[in-house]
Amino acid sequence: MLPIYLSFKEMWRNKGRFLLFSLVIALITVLVLFIAALADGLGNGNREYIEKLNGDLIVYKSDVALSITASQLGREKLLEVSRVPGVTDAGQVSFSSTVVRYQGAKELNVSLIGVGAGKPGEPPVVQGRGLQDRQAKEAIIDRNVALTTGLRVGDNLTIKSIQGAKEKLYTLQVVGISDGRQFFLQPSVIVPDLTFEQIKPGAVPTGNESDLISNIIVVRLQHPSQWKQMESVLASQVSGIQAVDKVTAYENTPGYAAQQSTLSTQQFFSLLIGVLVIGGFFQIQMLQKVPQIGMLKAVGASSPVIALSALAQIVMVTVIGVAIGTAATLLMALTFPATIPIVFSPMAIVLGVVSILLIGPLGGLVSIRYALRVEPLTALGLSS
Amino acid sequence: MANSLETKAVTKIYQTDTGVTRAVDSVTLAVQNGEFVALVGPSGSGKTSLLAMLATLLSPNEGEIIIAGQSLMEMSDRERTRFRREKIGFTFQANNLVSYLTAMENVELMLRLNGKYDRAGRERARELLARLGLGDRLNNLPRQLSGGQQQRVAIARALIHNPALVLADEPTASLDTERAYQVVQTFANLIHEQNRVGIMVTHDLRMTAFADRVVQMMDGKIRRVIDNHEEITGFSRGTLSSAPPSEPRAPRLVPRLAPS
Repeated sequence: MLPIYLSFKEMWRNKGRFLLFSLVIALITVLVLFIAALADGLGNGNREYIEKLNGDLIVYKSDVALSITASQLGREKLLEVSRVPGVTDAGQVSFSSTVVRYQGAKELNVSLIGVGAGKPGEPPVVQGRGLQDRQAKEAIIDRNVALTTGLRVGDNLTIKSIQGAKEKLYTLQVVGISDGRQFFLQPSVIVPDLTFEQIKPGAVPTGNESDLISNIIVVRLQHPSQWKQMESVLASQVSGIQAVDKVTAYENTPGYAAQQSTLSTQQFFSLLIGVLVIGGFFQIQMLQKVPQIGMLKAVGASSPVIALSALAQIVMVTVIGVAIGTAATLLMALTFPATIPIVFSPMAIVLGVVSILLIGPLGGLVSIRYALRVEPLTALGLSS
Repeated sequence: MANSLETKAVTKIYQTDTGVTRAVDSVTLAVQNGEFVALVGPSGSGKTSLLAMLATLLSPNEGEIIIAGQSLMEMSDRERTRFRREKIGFTFQANNLVSYLTAMENVELMLRLNGKYDRAGRERARELLARLGLGDRLNNLPRQLSGGQQQRVAIARALIHNPALVLADEPTASLDTERAYQVVQTFANLIHEQNRVGIMVTHDLRMTAFADRVVQMMDGKIRRVIDNHEEITGFSRGTLSSAPPSEPRAPRLVPRLAPS
């Protein structure tokens, strides 16, 4: 109790100084949590569609370094993949980027995704129904499109697409709304594959199903736990393809790894700066307290009392700073527009908070060690 | 009357850049309970080193120290810390008080350190501070107290846990003459009343007027012991034959310690 008593009294009688330092820790907390939320938001925006795919493996054209845009797979590959023992279903998925026009002249950039109706790749809907016809003029919009545009099931959706040098408008009916399915940081509009072939920018529709070329094939397995073996089986039985799991797929999305490692590095340096700032503050304070610590030791305060008092103070200041910082971050997040890709996942918040709570004592270790080395002789003006 | 403090041929040797220095050289001293001893001498005479050894902060190279019947020689560092906390009271020249604790809390600190913080202890602390003229300053922080008031709080802290030995290192160094007299007189009275052993190191010979015995040190040895009241009075006034005048304050020389 004595260490906590001493550290509390010191903080209470120097409220201004300690509150200021708690605010510095709060700012570091805000920085760390925002970077974590940004990393989650950006990562999520890039991988959400792939991550949530209702399949077990993703098939690419071989030799394209798992680049979705470079991968081109024809209808015959879908048939070959479907025939491999252990594959229960497979669906072609194509990607493009286009614009939704809504409320008159407002426009929203979206990922246009072509899928086989009822096939792997088509997301489950939370409202309305799924796609029913491969050529129908209908679409599923993801939650983000619905929130931004205000479109509801049964409404008409206008797609603006560049064909040749001209701008063309296509009207589709919204038949369902899925949960968030961003791809390349854009919300998604999912349409039947043959409709996709007609409305995608630069479309050269043939109307022939056998000519349908997609970017990837999503495969559902009979035994999902055997996905690793099935990767090899598919590659050996179907020429010119590469099959990977979803995690490998989104980690190889162009720019994804670089983006995530950049944000991780920023987070690491924020924590490192936190360690140095906290360490520096407590060390300076400790230097100022040397005569007092010498006196306390001279009158019989033991080293554990001195060390625990210093530690308790560091923990209290850090906890207050982290609490202020976390509350401020969450409050500020409420004011951010939906266009900023930040996602506060409970795991990221807990990790960020725990990291800063740990760096407090870590940064203060040097000052605690220093306090332990202060000799009681200093109270008499002597030193060894 | 029992001797609560005994030193037997205590010696402290420092290894300095210029060679070996015997800072304290075969000092033998016995002090009874209720006796207030002033330790005087010029800078480098060994009085502070002797005080540090009595306080268990330094170990002698030779000799033995016995306080309240316990020899300090066989104690581990942990035992010395505990002994210091329980049996010794301390006032220092400066940085006497914990800056963020009030006068009352500074005195109570010794009770807390000794696990004796209770209602009776708090009441005793309040009475002691009132006795020292600080009854209306209990909740003042050190920065709100004058130098003399701070020293009186330090005296209360040194006595509150009923120590066997009370040590004062230059308690009047930062005080004007009038306040210095008040502080030392109060200190001496409490030593007598509470039947403790009191040792005060001072440069100011005038302050020896309140001592029962004056021990004058020179070059690490006891040069002279005065225990006659009239001689002490003469010594404190500088009128005693061979008594040096009050010495000017000099910076404390700090030799490097030799391994003990």
